Amino acid sequence: MAEVGAEIERIGPAEVEDVELYHAKSWITKYVFSQDAKVIAIQYSATAIAIGMVALVLSWLMRLQLGFPESFDFIEAQDYYQFITMHGMIMVVYLLTALFLGGFGNYLIPLMVGARDMVFPYVNMLSYWIYLLAVLVLVASFFVPGGPTGAGWTLYPPQAILTGTPGAGAGIVLMLVSLALFIIGFTMGGLNYVTTVLQARTRGMTLMRMPLTVWGIFTATVLALLAFPALFVGAVMMTLDSVLGTSFFMPTIVSQGELLKHDGGSPILFQHLFWFFGHPEVYIVALPAFGIVSDLISVHARRHIFGYRMMVWAIVIIGALSFVVWAHHMYVSGMNPYFGFFFATTTLIIAVPTAIKVYNWTLTLWRANINFTLPMLFALAFIVTFVNGGITGLFLGNVVVDVPLSDTMFVVAHFHMVMGVAPILVIFGAIYHWYPLMTGRMLNEAMGQFHFWVTFLGAYMIFLPIHYLGFLGVPRRYFEMGTTSFIPESAHTLNEFITVVALIVGVAQLVFFYNVVWSMIKGKKAGHNPWKATTLEWQTEEVPPGHGNFGRELPVVYRWAYDYGVPGAEDDFVPQNHPPKRAPARAAE
Amino acid sequence: MAETTLTHTEGTAATRPDGLEGFVSDWSSDQRTFKNVPWGKAMMWIFLLSDTFIFSCFLLSYMTVRMSTTVPWPNASEVFALSFGGEPIPLILIAIMTFILITSSGTMVLAVNYGYRKDRFKTAIFLLITALFGATFVGMQAFEWTKLIVEEGVRPWGNPMGAAQFGSSFFMITGFHGFHVSVGVLFLILIARKVWRGDFDIEKKGFFTSRKGRYEIVETLGLYWHFVDLVWVFIFAFFYLW
Repeated sequence: MAEVGAEIERIGPAEVEDVELYHAKSWITKYVFSQDAKVIAIQYSATAIAIGMVALVLSWLMRLQLGFPESFDFIEAQDYYQFITMHGMIMVVYLLTALFLGGFGNYLIPLMVGARDMVFPYVNMLSYWIYLLAVLVLVASFFVPGGPTGAGWTLYPPQAILTGTPGAGAGIVLMLVSLALFIIGFTMGGLNYVTTVLQARTRGMTLMRMPLTVWGIFTATVLALLAFPALFVGAVMMTLDSVLGTSFFMPTIVSQGELLKHDGGSPILFQHLFWFFGHPEVYIVALPAFGIVSDLISVHARRHIFGYRMMVWAIVIIGALSFVVWAHHMYVSGMNPYFGFFFATTTLIIAVPTAIKVYNWTLTLWRANINFTLPMLFALAFIVTFVNGGITGLFLGNVVVDVPLSDTMFVVAHFHMVMGVAPILVIFGAIYHWYPLMTGRMLNEAMGQFHFWVTFLGAYMIFLPIHYLGFLGVPRRYFEMGTTSFIPESAHTLNEFITVVALIVGVAQLVFFYNVVWSMIKGKKAGHNPWKATTLEWQTEEVPPGHGNFGRELPVVYRWAYDYGVPGAEDDFVPQNHPPKRAPARAAE
Repeated sequence: MAETTLTHTEGTAATRPDGLEGFVSDWSSDQRTFKNVPWGKAMMWIFLLSDTFIFSCFLLSYMTVRMSTTVPWPNASEVFALSFGGEPIPLILIAIMTFILITSSGTMVLAVNYGYRKDRFKTAIFLLITALFGATFVGMQAFEWTKLIVEEGVRPWGNPMGAAQFGSSFFMITGFHGFHVSVGVLFLILIARKVWRGDFDIEKKGFFTSRKGRYEIVETLGLYWHFVDLVWVFIFAFFYLW
């Protein structure tokens, strides 16, 4: 009997002896200063979500101001700018990057490639504690004189460090120090993730048998290791400009009627450094989402992913291209227009591998046995949202169309769709999917359905109208519009509507958090492999997996991760570590 | 050195194809992509790649501000000259520093070589010599900084010779490099101590990792040290010779 996808070949003996694990001696070293990637993952996730809640509250405050200007005395113009800055920076760096790579990366990479832990658990532990320190420094900036920086999340100089900007003294310096710390901490973790994927896979686990989740996180980590250096350098130089009075980014400038001592620096240089980090950052968030969503779709539609090899190469190509598109964020910066032409071309080329991925997801679903489980709902919502955000990206990627749209609400709507809502939908889907593995219990279905529909529909009710506001020419980052002739009254009404929806969607997230806590105690017992998945993390002896992930023996992988809907198989799927039934056919010798 | 056999924990060594075929077979194999490369060494290479981007960004930023400023750039061969008997010799100090650092790479190579022969005594000695050269380099850098700050009046925010970016770039880039050298010196001393004590002969567990200590770490440290040297060559070329 031939099994579909079961590659018949001899698996070599282990090349590296099984590692000796660090065994925690006390509660503190087991759960606090833990060297176990799974505990570190949960620490990362909890911290990221906690600081993400701060950013969510900041977005409510912004929406209150935009929907009902002049109604709230406690929100002044400078507060508003501080909210914008901190909301953006927290969401992009401290929530999404940390949650996808530090959270899901730590939990899933060792389990999915069949390793006992990350290659250097101690360094991995340091990574989390430095990340926590970075978050604390960031939070500290709320409490210093002048408050946190209000320079906009891109922190463009010269205004970022000029006196008129909120938080121009201590706020901006703390922000930059926090970013530098984040990068140092992330590098420690990132080196671990990359080395683990490259050098610590189990027997039989070739690169082309890895689940796409691992491919996404792996490629994103490589991007991060190469992109964060630019931000690090930018942060160091701006700190020096601010603290020591150097002129890396500061040109000769008059501020509040006074000629400053700065002279001859290049503000555009910061933009280049920032976006050399900033654009890959989009894919640092998007690629893990791509990978995770591929796996969710495949598992919950009981069908192998369509075009696995193409999916892998698309991830790699998107990753590579993301390093040559950064200046499409800078069309209106005064950069040479011929540069704009180059960057518009490379930007549009990225649409090709991205479209391959979307087609392959769709073709995976074609005539598949789709189970509308919660992870599947979130995965489908992601595809729709991502296509939506991708299409508005075509507008903004073209120089002539971008120029009138830049710095309008259209840009805000675009990037919230494509790198806000879309990855967060995947995060929710992933939590609903892997929660049974992490806790041994299922999340409540009814609460989950409520959470999904409110979040999904709510996100569209919030962000679709914002596209329209952008077309009207409503500028982004404005504290209030006042009475401007080109903005009709209806736009204000729309803003009120958006604010109300945003508050409702925000509050609905409490249902999710309640669900997470409630299900931990009262949820339905999940048992082994509730989703009937093939990947190794579901094949562990214990659920949740114990210290060292697998039992006495590491699993041996005989096949790819997508043997779903296999005809003739006992349970319609074959786990990766299931040996082929017949003895390997040896070539005639 | 090309490794053409594969070490397994059990059984006999398997042979691997050479050249491009070997490359393809490594990347399509299970367990390890870089065969016979220990985890620490692989991780160091990846770190160095990331660090390369940091130094590249620093150097590119330096070039950009050098072009963006309208004030003339100070003449490096005059600023970095030392007078001996009333006669200024351009770049003499930096020439000696560069020579010392490159020499230290040579002694590092010897240390790695003796490490692989498990020659405890010689490995430790050459590691310490390397550390000594490194410390000398940092010491001379401190002398150079002191001279620039105290005698020439160069400050990060300005200097009497020309563009303010000269001082700021100089202190930032050489400072960041000097920090790398200093960290390297500390680790050289640390590893030399472990070699001397014979930790790697008995595979004593490391303090950090609880993993077995092996002589491989000497080579891993060597990679870092050579990288720091290589970066210096670029800093030397772009900052002092341009």
